Amino acid sequence: MINPFEILETINMIDKENLDIRTITMGISLKNCVDPDIDRACKKVYDKITYYAKDLVKVGEDIENEYGIPIINKRISVTPVSCLVEALDDATEDKCVRIAKTLDKAAKDVGVNFIGGYSALVHKGVTPGEKLLIESIPKALSSTDIVCSSVNVGTTKAGINMDAVALMGRIIKKAAELTADMGGFACAKLVVFCNAVEDNPFMAGAFLGEGEGDCVINVGVSGPGVVKCALEKVKGEPFGVVAETIKKTAFKITRMGQLVAREASKRLNVPFGIVDLSLAPTPAIGDSVAYILEEMGLEQCGTHGTTAALALLNDAVKKGGVMASSYVGGLSGAFIPVSEDAGMIAAAKSGTLLLEKLEAMTCVCSVGLDMIAIPGDTSAETISAIIADEAAIGMVNTKTTAVRIIPAPGKKIGDVVEFGGLLGSGPVMRVNEKSSADFIKRGGRIPAPLQALKN
Amino acid sequence: MKAVVTVVGKDRVGIIARVSTLFSENNINILDISQTIMQDMFTMIMLVELKTATVKSVNGKLNALAEEMNLSIHLQHEDLFSSMHRI
Repeated sequence: MINPFEILETINMIDKENLDIRTITMGISLKNCVDPDIDRACKKVYDKITYYAKDLVKVGEDIENEYGIPIINKRISVTPVSCLVEALDDATEDKCVRIAKTLDKAAKDVGVNFIGGYSALVHKGVTPGEKLLIESIPKALSSTDIVCSSVNVGTTKAGINMDAVALMGRIIKKAAELTADMGGFACAKLVVFCNAVEDNPFMAGAFLGEGEGDCVINVGVSGPGVVKCALEKVKGEPFGVVAETIKKTAFKITRMGQLVAREASKRLNVPFGIVDLSLAPTPAIGDSVAYILEEMGLEQCGTHGTTAALALLNDAVKKGGVMASSYVGGLSGAFIPVSEDAGMIAAAKSGTLLLEKLEAMTCVCSVGLDMIAIPGDTSAETISAIIADEAAIGMVNTKTTAVRIIPAPGKKIGDVVEFGGLLGSGPVMRVNEKSSADFIKRGGRIPAPLQALKN
Repeated sequence: MKAVVTVVGKDRVGIIARVSTLFSENNINILDISQTIMQDMFTMIMLVELKTATVKSVNGKLNALAEEMNLSIHLQHEDLFSSMHRI
């Protein structure tokens, strides 16, 4: 029998330190749902999703019950919807929105809480279907509840498609305006990526990539609270000890994720894809990545030293987790979504955590500028320029970066935007007011960096 | 299915009696018990085997007992612990 201390350690992690499985995400390919006729296409999409995912929520709940480990979200990711739009006869924006509504209905009918994949990959060029899909994003996100969208505008191999970057600035503005009464909520469901991954289980950026199979189970673990509590026991120790402590904790967290992933895959009779080793915070007190950084000795997240602390954390999480799972993938690292992290919210409110520092942090964490509210009167060009900066960081460092930014209509610096639930609430942060318009207006592509030429 | 049951709380008369009676009534076999007082708290860990009862129904009964006796009781699949702590 396992020794009592180990058993109690596990129970403490779950009961007191917010350890949970953040998401079981079922990836479903829509490649065989393409049809020139919109009615038939929608029917195929609805039927396939509701057939494949009919037991997803029940299996998740059963596992939760038997293992006594909370599984917070059950979600679905699908093939980028642009592939369906491409095949439509006389495609229009309204037809795109109909597909979004179909996804919304199918997801609600099987009981999941988000469905991702209203997406297009346009890092090098844009096809007519992709263009149409991107232009329909504001309407699609404002007329559905749980559909998430993402657009990939750059990769290390292809460079950055600056036309797409310029377009996304306008799309984000429009999405915010269409949901002005909800603080620009549609933007919380829209991610702009560089180097998007194909097997990400986390929303809002999840989609099932081109190289994936027909159906797959990906699992995202969490547990910032557990790491924070483990570090409380090594106060004042040198960084070697800090890294070692994080590694051991990440190993345990990931083992649990691997167990749940294997079990879910077996019960659903769907192949297991990957475990995403991410530290994903929630607004709950004690479930914050910022608090981990502060536990390392920073007075508040965002001060000098934050980037180094985050780099150590991100690396140790991966090193600890990688041996615990047979297949690691997705985004794997520490997330820093401002509105979803109690410590980040506090740091942004007090002015310690600024957009510039967050940008630096994204060089060493798993994703990018995430869930950041900015003033509603920020121009589309400035938003595009923020996207371009992030994409450049991703492109040059061969990592995923993303921008999920909310220009909250009518809100000014210091106001607070409430998104509710896991999305939390975010203070409106200052952006640089000098114009980037002429830079964005140039258009074209930023060539792939030398790092791309590895062959 | 084998499960680990943990019972933690303020020590009092009848904890083991009540928990094991509940198990016997539900056709659950106790394979191993370890019990100690840790940081002034009664701490019992049992390895049990569920023969016919479902986890959901047993959990419901355990929760009711936990509330009545002011204890914290968990019943979890054994694999959770072995996968987390053993390579």
